[in-house]
Amino acid sequence: MWIYQKNLEYPVKVCGPNPKLAKVIITQYGGPDGELSASLRYLNQRYSMPTDKARGLLTDIGTEEMGHMEIVATIFYKLTRGVSPQQMEAAGLGGHYAQHNHALFWNDANGVPWVASYVAATGDPITDLTEDMDAEQKARATYEHLIQLSDDPLITDVLRFLREREIVHFQRFGETLNDVQGFMNSKKFF
Amino acid sequence: MDKNQENPQAQKVTTTAYNNNNQEDMLLEIQQLQFTAIELNLYLDTHPDDQQALMSYNSIVPQLKQRIASYEQLYGPLFHFGLSTSQLSWQWINSPWP
Repeated sequence: MWIYQKNLEYPVKVCGPNPKLAKVIITQYGGPDGELSASLRYLNQRYSMPTDKARGLLTDIGTEEMGHMEIVATIFYKLTRGVSPQQMEAAGLGGHYAQHNHALFWNDANGVPWVASYVAATGDPITDLTEDMDAEQKARATYEHLIQLSDDPLITDVLRFLREREIVHFQRFGETLNDVQGFMNSKKFF
Repeated sequence: MDKNQENPQAQKVTTTAYNNNNQEDMLLEIQQLQFTAIELNLYLDTHPDDQQALMSYNSIVPQLKQRIASYEQLYGPLFHFGLSTSQLSWQWINSPWP
């Protein structure tokens, strides 16, 4: 069960419409290393984790990532709000406008739609936790690229927050990987 | 309505429909406290026996609950599905939505 809380984890303000910036930030909504991939990956992998600790952490981080998807959605919505079709087109969002108008859609910065194969679930907890750590690093790198591209200081502030969260998640996944490795070694009998 | 809609040159343009600044400030306090709780929660997931972190987490909970109750009394429920009551009319559907 999930309960919705009617506020963002971190407030989002923008200096004004900026469809060019929106076009690249959308990758953290529906790109390979975006927040949809992250939340679904963790919430799906938790079933095959061998320890309660790992199940708990995947549930909590998966839930926080859903909140991050909401933050990225809010950024895109605010950056494109009131932007004309011509301005969308000039910013490279002509295709987006044709298919979605001002609605949001899960695709990457080049318009490639989200696919489930961005996410792995091998059923092997070591493999899955290693993938999670890898995913956090890819998300961190992407946020750093977006910070380099951002010309809106208010958006840069939010991107910095999201980048920092990936680092914390990476740390927690690393601790969980050690813990699960210890658990699995203790279960081996030869 | 946008606070700065009349002045498109305004430094800070917010497009969230708060009723007033107080609502935004109260929500910010909730967001700050909750962030502390989230951070401690994830830490405790991998350090369940850290007594100091546990005490910090437990001390945040009543502060957060109290601020949520004050906010909800003025501006309506922050939670659905039976966790918050609504006064007079069904305020859950009212703006601001994130």
